[in-house]
Order: sequence, then structure tokens, then C-alpha cells
Amino acid sequence: MTGSTAVPQHPEFLWRNPEPKPSYDVVVVGGGGHGLATAYYLAKNHGITNVAVLEKGWLAGGNMARNTTIIRSNYLWDESSAIYEHSLKLWEGLEEDLGYPILFSQRGVLNLAHSLQDVRDSVRRVNANRLNGVDAEWVDAAGVKEICPIVNISPDVRYPVLGATYQPRGGIAKHDYVAWGFARRADELGIDLIQNCAVTGLDVIGGKVVGVRTTRGDIATGKVALAAAGHSSVLASMVGLRLPIQSHPLQALVSELLEPVHPTVVMSNAVHVYVSQAHKGELVMGAGIDSFNGYGQRGAFHIIERQMSAALELFPIFARAHLLRTWAGVVDTTPDASPIVGLTPIENLYLNCGWGTGGFKATPGVGWCFAHTVAHDKPHPYNAPFALERFTSGALVDEHGAAAVAH
Amino acid sequence: MQLISCPWCGPREEAEYHYGGQAHVAYPHDVGAMSDADWADYLFFRDNPRGPFAERWVHAAGCRRWFNAVRDTGTHEVLAVYRIGEPQPELGTQASR
Repeated sequence: MTGSTAVPQHPEFLWRNPEPKPSYDVVVVGGGGHGLATAYYLAKNHGITNVAVLEKGWLAGGNMARNTTIIRSNYLWDESSAIYEHSLKLWEGLEEDLGYPILFSQRGVLNLAHSLQDVRDSVRRVNANRLNGVDAEWVDAAGVKEICPIVNISPDVRYPVLGATYQPRGGIAKHDYVAWGFARRADELGIDLIQNCAVTGLDVIGGKVVGVRTTRGDIATGKVALAAAGHSSVLASMVGLRLPIQSHPLQALVSELLEPVHPTVVMSNAVHVYVSQAHKGELVMGAGIDSFNGYGQRGAFHIIERQMSAALELFPIFARAHLLRTWAGVVDTTPDASPIVGLTPIENLYLNCGWGTGGFKATPGVGWCFAHTVAHDKPHPYNAPFALERFTSGALVDEHGAAAVAH
Repeated sequence: MQLISCPWCGPREEAEYHYGGQAHVAYPHDVGAMSDADWADYLFFRDNPRGPFAERWVHAAGCRRWFNAVRDTGTHEVLAVYRIGEPQPELGTQASR
């Protein structure tokens, strides 16, 4: 098509692919959602633009490409709900801020309760959420059916649905578009996004990080911000830093494209499955982690099998849906199921990791807070409780189960 | 699905086992003298290498006995299995890609 009738073409490239410069003020290691958001907010909020984001593969090809895109902020503890709610508020203005469609859809999130203990924990969490200004309500089984008519609320199943917490402002977004939106803006602000650039070493002189060694040459830098999710332990070990992290495979899958049948997001901690329907029409489901440590980006089939049986009991209508694709990411789990964001014992080296199975929803929020931490050499109040020192001081933020998630 | 050899029962599929995390983490012997940092290290910090990793498994659906394995966390290949109390076998230290 030519002439004035042509529709605007999507640009071929949303960012440059520059050669790495010999030095930067800040090097962000990891070009996933968190790394890109951190770079963007370094430029936007703090005017720091001499920044490189180093990605060993392609941009947003790790967990950012593999998650199930669920966004919510209904965590139990004050510390968690503060940072996740900050993130959710940023999500609500992100499309406008980035000038890029991200298909953010606030279709609500249901966290099902299947036992009396689940019910008590859920109601407690709803009350805690409300005290923290997070939208939350408790709905009974009939209420669940009203919000999501395809859920099976029959009492004669192994794990009957007794009710659910409901966060109407929760939802999903298109993960790739989110990454591309952040990448495009960061690039426009002058940040170098460098792909196929694996970090092989960190140079420390006098207790201070001064450079990064990569497969594309050595780079001198004032500050290094690690945002490498499942591979954080490997990076930290380069400077002899031990992290309370175990890396596990986390699997997810999609069905073929179906007519819209699933209006919301349904999560069930007890039966280990969470389900939504993507804009394109595929059912997107996640499982719990595989038990063993693994960096192989694949997991065991019996996990998928268990997840499918749970999904089928909740959604009998899925019985004839075909599985299209399964995959796994490497998630960085911590002992208290809360992230680690802050300073390290090495000067000018900053750490963002430990988001485990729930990092996507935090993307804008942690980018904002981590950029603040790097820019000011001091944690933002929202990530101050998530310091590495908490494992020594004992001030854990225990979100196991409390967050209604299968961490 | 990983195929794991129980040192007593032989090769069985992964679903028969439960995972026990890093092997050879001894209970500290002088607990009264330990600092908070020592306790943090014992309670919360474990190795997390990409490559060979000595770890515990229990053959839950078989002989129900614990044993140790060295498994490459990059390739998920089991490199060695050995019984509790036996020393960790010497293996090449080359990490996987």
C-alpha cells in the first residue's frame, strides 16, 4: 500500500542496538522487565541517562517472556502491600506514561479458598488489605460463580470452592508490550540497551564495584544494579556474595485460542493453579514450582499433570481444550517468599532479586524503587523492609501462604 | 521428568522422590557461641550454583530412605548418587553452560 491511505506502520525497531561504550555511570545487569523499568525510572525520575542495560540473551526473553502476567496487590503484610500497591498504581497510568499500548486489563483477581483455614486466612487478608487502602472483598461461593460463571462451585469435589478474595483492580497485561514500552522509552532517553552481552565478572577495588566484564568487552562503571532474577546467585558469587536464594523451575502453559469464556483471573493456592484468558484467546495457566534447584528452564511433566487436574476440577468446561505449549522459567525463591531489594556489602553494587513466582506485577513499582535506591545509594521507603540484612536481623516479611500464592 | 537412581532401589522416576535441598549442611555444634550472622547462614543461606550441586533426596514412594546426589543444576543430569554417611564423590568441577 502506498500514498495517503496507508496505515501507519509499526516501526521496525523500537530501540537502537548500540555497541557498549567503555564506561557508564550505571550498569543494569538483566534486560528483563525489572532491569528495563529500573533504567527507565533512573532516567525519568533521577535524570541519570548514562546507563547501560546488559542482557545476556534478548530483551525480556527470560521470566518476562514466561510469566502468567497476573497483576494484583492483595498481599497480607504492610510492607508487601505498600510496594505492590505502589506498583499497581503505576500500572494504572503506565500506558499513558510509556505512550505505548500494554493491554492492561483490570478484570479482577479471585483467590479461592478451599478449606476453613483458607477462609479464615482469606478474610484476614481482606481486612488487612482494606486497612492498607487496597481494594479487597470476601465473596462466597455464589459470589465467585457470579464473577466467574465457569468456576465449578459444586460441593462434592475434592477441594470445594468455599469462597474467594476478590481484588477488582487486579488483572493482566501483555508482558511483551510492557517490556517493549519500557525499552522504547529508556532508549529514547539515551539509555543503551545491549543484548547478547553476558556478564562474566564484576571488578571490585577496595570494597567498591568499579567495572563489569562481559562477553562484549570490559565496561567501567560507577554503579552496578543487579536485576537478574533466577541467575542472581550466579552473579553474586562473582564477588563472593552469598544470597538466601534457591533457583527453581516454574512452569506455565497455554491452550489453543478459544472464544472468550473466562472473564477474570482465578488463582488457587491450595490446588496450585492460576488461570486467566489472554486477549488473544488462549487460556494461560501457571503451576507451583518444581521442587528441585534448576537453571534448565524446564520442569517435570507430573507438575503439569497435577496442575491440569486441578484446573479441570475448577473449570470442567476446559476438558476439551488442547494444550498448545508448556515452558519454564527460573525463579529466585527466598526463605520468606519476599524479594530482596537494596544495598549490598559491596559499595555501589545494588541488588534486586528474590521475587520468586511473583515478579511481573511488581515491574513498574520495583523499577521505581530500585532506581531510587541506585540513584541515592539508599533504599526507597517502599523497599527498605526488603533488605538483605533481614535474614540476619530476623525481620522477615513472611508471605508464605499469606499472600494467597503458590510461592 | 528426571530419572534418578536410588542407591538401594535403582533408577526410578522423579515423581517417587522428594527433594531435600543442599546436602552436607551440618547442624552447628556450638550453638551458644553463634552470632546472628552464623544463625542466618545456617538457617537461610544455601549454595545455589549453576552446575554440579550436592543435594539430598528421599525415595518417598519406594524404600523411604534419604540419600545424596550430585546433580548438574544447569543440565538436570544426575552425576552421582551415594548413601548418607558416604563421602561426596570426586567429580570434575567443570560447570555446565
